[in-house]
Amino acid sequence: MFTQQLINGLTLGGVYALIALGYTMVYGILELINFAHGEIYMLGAYLGIIFLGFFTAIGLTSYSLPLALILTFILSVIFCSSYGFTIEKIAYKPLRNAPRLSPLISAIGVSIFLQNYVMLTQGATDKIFPHLFEKAGIELMGTRVTYTQIFIIAASAILMLSLNLFITKTRMGKAMRAVAQDKVMASLVGININTVISATFIIGSGLAAVAGLMVAAYYGLVNYSIGYIAGIKAFTAAVLGGIGSVPGAMFGGILLGLIESFSAAYISSEYKDAYAFIILIIILFIKPSGLFGKTQEEKV
Amino acid sequence: MLELNDIRTFYGPIEALKGITLKINQGEIVCLIGNNGAGKSTTLMAISGILKPKAGTISFIGSDISDMPPHSIVEMGISHVPEGRRIFPKLTVKENLEIGAYSRHRDHRLKARMIKAYDLFPVLKEREKQLGGTLSGGEQQMLAISRALMSDPKLLLLDEPSLGLAPIIVSRIFKAIQEINKEGVTILLVEQNAHAALNLSSRGYVLENGRIRMHGQGKDLLNSEEVKKAYLGE
Repeated sequence: MFTQQLINGLTLGGVYALIALGYTMVYGILELINFAHGEIYMLGAYLGIIFLGFFTAIGLTSYSLPLALILTFILSVIFCSSYGFTIEKIAYKPLRNAPRLSPLISAIGVSIFLQNYVMLTQGATDKIFPHLFEKAGIELMGTRVTYTQIFIIAASAILMLSLNLFITKTRMGKAMRAVAQDKVMASLVGININTVISATFIIGSGLAAVAGLMVAAYYGLVNYSIGYIAGIKAFTAAVLGGIGSVPGAMFGGILLGLIESFSAAYISSEYKDAYAFIILIIILFIKPSGLFGKTQEEKV
Repeated sequence: MLELNDIRTFYGPIEALKGITLKINQGEIVCLIGNNGAGKSTTLMAISGILKPKAGTISFIGSDISDMPPHSIVEMGISHVPEGRRIFPKLTVKENLEIGAYSRHRDHRLKARMIKAYDLFPVLKEREKQLGGTLSGGEQQMLAISRALMSDPKLLLLDEPSLGLAPIIVSRIFKAIQEINKEGVTILLVEQNAHAALNLSSRGYVLENGRIRMHGQGKDLLNSEEVKKAYLGE
């Protein structure tokens, strides 16, 4: 039972962490809570179904399943990243110097638009994600772990490690950290702020696309409203870890997944969604800036 | 090299610069002196593109840079050390220097410039792996100047490099400014410490309420009765 819940928790937590990274990176750079981010995750799930359906129709899936899956992942990531890039250009960039509430309202507008756009084009009923691995898996310490779970945990871990390397080692990664710390100074050393902001949206949306695809494969069902609750949960994870902090989002996501899965198993599954928020409230009472967050200095 | 022609800028409805015209020649050290709020920092912000002038033109080596974004102005060869140093507190000293060379990433002389920065201020080499935010004020100023030099500028804008520093550090910084100038970098220096600034500079401009009050050779301004009274406290 314990191992089973641990695996379930890590699976769920990896997904939350991937989505939370998008929230936290955008917040770190623009101090904007991108409420449309959950919808990017939902688009990722839909695009997965569409591309996989297409590859099945042309016979690629039966020819080589791994190839079809890889192509589906790549295409979904490219599409979602383009969505993220375009949303920033259309809905946030014109409001860069507006009062802080304006881009927030714009974000909610984008979120509503995307939900309805998918509902109209794809229908309001649940879509079924093709069963690829059936229930195949391995035995681990007396519990059954499916290949999908192994894949999700491994993929989340690899993506988070790569993101960490990208942010600490590359030129663009350093530029992102510089922009998050001081935008004026960043432009004085020659960084194009707009390029960095676009890169942030592209990376965050790509991670959300992967999360969406993996969850669709895990649960097998997708509908136009899944972005809402996943978005709220991932946002909670980002706040839990300290919004703006990349390691915080990773840790917060995994912690949230574990809390949900253990409390559902050991306490009661009826209030599964409530535990995450109870923990959030407790942590914000003790440390208002989140686990990894820096306490903001009062600016005089 | 750099020419400002009747530059006017606004903070909201308040006119901060009311028509600044000045000229800097290749190889000079020119200083801007004046009281708080005279418009010294604002002038530098306008040159580096952070504040867009509402009227007037700024030209640098023959090109109009008034409408260029800040990152393109850095690429043109102007580097700005802003007031308060603005070190990236959560980047290491080395990363701060690397990010200073952001606009020159295709340049192979990056390593050589890093060594030169460490030669100019050896303490930075010792602090290489420390976070920028943990340095003392003087070390931060040294890092800020070195970071600005990493983009290999033709013109260096320095805003109050002596502010809040012990006299011994100030003379160290001023000596470094002279060394940098000897290597061919033109310098525009903003200073509250008018005496030291005028001594160092070939020419100076005195700003008052967003206008240029007077300008001339550094020595002449030092001896001017008006400057003595208002800015040198004599």
